[in-house]
Amino acid sequence: MSTSVLLQLLFSGITVGSIYALTALGFNLIYNATGIINFAQGEFVMLGGMTAAWLAGAGFPLWVSFVLSVALVAALGASFERLCIHPLRSPQILSLIMITIAGSILFRGAAMFLWGKQTVYLKAFSGERPVKFLGAALHPQTLWVLGTALVITICLHLFLCYTLLGKAMRACASNRTAARLTGIPVDRIVLLSFTLSAGIGAAGGVVVTPITLMDYQQGTLFGLKGFSAAILGGLGNPNGAFAAGLMIGALESLSAGLVSSHYKDAVALVALLAVLCFRPEGIWGTTTRR
Amino acid sequence: MFRKGLMLLLAVCLAISGAHAKKEPYKVGAVFAITGPASWLGEPERNTVQMIAEQVNKEGGINGHPLELIIEDTAGDETRTVNAVNKLINKDKVLAIVGPSRSGTTLAVVPIVERAKVPLISCAAAEAIVSPPEKRRWVFKTPQKDSDAVIRIYEHMKERGITRIAILTGTTGFGAQGRKQLKKYASKFGIEIVADETYGPRDTDMTPQLTRIKASGARAVVNWSIVPAQSIVPKNMRQLGMTIPLYQSHGFGNIKYVKAAGEAAEGVIFPCGRLLIAEQLPDDHPQKKVLMEYKRAYERKFKEPVSTFGGHAYDAFWLVINALKEVGPDRAKIRDYIEHVKGFVGTGGIFNFSPKDHNGLTKDAFAILTVRKGRFTLLED
Repeated sequence: MSTSVLLQLLFSGITVGSIYALTALGFNLIYNATGIINFAQGEFVMLGGMTAAWLAGAGFPLWVSFVLSVALVAALGASFERLCIHPLRSPQILSLIMITIAGSILFRGAAMFLWGKQTVYLKAFSGERPVKFLGAALHPQTLWVLGTALVITICLHLFLCYTLLGKAMRACASNRTAARLTGIPVDRIVLLSFTLSAGIGAAGGVVVTPITLMDYQQGTLFGLKGFSAAILGGLGNPNGAFAAGLMIGALESLSAGLVSSHYKDAVALVALLAVLCFRPEGIWGTTTRR
Repeated sequence: MFRKGLMLLLAVCLAISGAHAKKEPYKVGAVFAITGPASWLGEPERNTVQMIAEQVNKEGGINGHPLELIIEDTAGDETRTVNAVNKLINKDKVLAIVGPSRSGTTLAVVPIVERAKVPLISCAAAEAIVSPPEKRRWVFKTPQKDSDAVIRIYEHMKERGITRIAILTGTTGFGAQGRKQLKKYASKFGIEIVADETYGPRDTDMTPQLTRIKASGARAVVNWSIVPAQSIVPKNMRQLGMTIPLYQSHGFGNIKYVKAAGEAAEGVIFPCGRLLIAEQLPDDHPQKKVLMEYKRAYERKFKEPVSTFGGHAYDAFWLVINALKEVGPDRAKIRDYIEHVKGFVGTGGIFNFSPKDHNGLTKDAFAILTVRKGRFTLLED
């Protein structure tokens, strides 16, 4: 096995992995603010991609489609929170999670009715010519995905650790009542977290669409893999999610390339299970979280 | 005055319904995966049979009998298909059934129609649907055979002197069947499979598999799937700088896959029925008239490009209508009639049924197509 083949496999892994990482980030943000897992996260990714493809198809320039799509999906995330999550008087984690599952089904159905069942596509942001590196080829769009994931991770980290609002968000997750007592507007923080994570998901959806193509069912896959990455990295830890996303991607790609493509998903899943056996809180998670 | 008017209205109603009830309607059932993951099969099929039924009834029905089409949605699911077929047979008492759309759902209802003795013309591909023939007395199918698609691909490779190939297949039923046939026929054509890779139905990146294929020294790749992977594989190959020819299955016959793959789709070679390139056929081609008629009518009515899957339903439904025209409302006679149809020109090819062959098509039903400038082009008839 030559270095260029190995490198090529690693590149493929990074491509897929950065997609997983982007979805995992959205999971983390809502978890950080509310302590719930938003199972509609994958659908936000799908909606981002679909909206952007639709706008681009309608003749908007690429960057306008990007910005508009992120804004629209973020607005949708906000209204989802206001209409479905917020009205609950005494929210229990389980019922909230159920609501997000219902939301995911609703979004999927709506997307099917709006745009049909066909696969949509988007032009690559900076062409299709692969970047050559030591004999391995990298799709330029991968750099966009990786860059977007990296920028969002860093921004999130700075936001959560160094701004008042970010700290307030973390406070809400660790103890809602205490947070409210100190004067944190819990309501608005939750709204913000849904808006942001919908926007992040949508941004991810737009940048991955040139690589993966998009259809109304694709969100389920992103949700599942993103969730695995979020768990593996330790829920609530954006840096961990980023690393874990890349790890899962690399593991899938290396096992497909070195062992056999027939067992690709199995290898990744077994690795995930093995890690969780020994560290149930995830690789970079902390046990003190509830 | 009011009462008089009412009586008159009643009389008129009676007269109208009386005129309609003159001849008993012929009931035909249709079961398609109109919703669910295989809806891209079921939708054009449903559209097609509805269009034909409207046309037949507008022209006065079958020998004066109106055609009553009863459509059931299977959602691509075996249990729902079984229920739908039972309902059509026991409650609606249909004379024949068109569909289902998928191989799995068809195989699930084969025992039912065999027992109830109702002719069924499937729009699904798997060869097991019509074999062994002695256990499939009441079952027919209109799509071409997978093995014929494989044979056409291998013949084309042989002409070009390609002997070492890689196969890449999806893990869906269609992909797995293709893999089986590709492996089965390779040695007969002196072709060696040097790499055998698979991928899941929703995978978004096949570069790991293609990296292995690239290292294996294969001179051509065959990709066999019906999922969007058909657009991703050519893109990935281009990304890896692979220039060896890419063959795909007849599942590639959807112009949207070509658009999604963009420039990377140029030069992809695949076997397919002639519906998609009907305009390019010479005027004296026996299928040209049927293909053009269907294509124009469908595209005018539904404002979307015609697909080969709708074509399978077109062939199946016309077989039933022709049988009803000839032998009338008798299930056994309909079966016997279809079993002896010769030279029926459909969208999938020219059908010659026999007691041993309930598909009626040969490998000549496939033409070899390629993509040039974003359009399907006839490469070899």
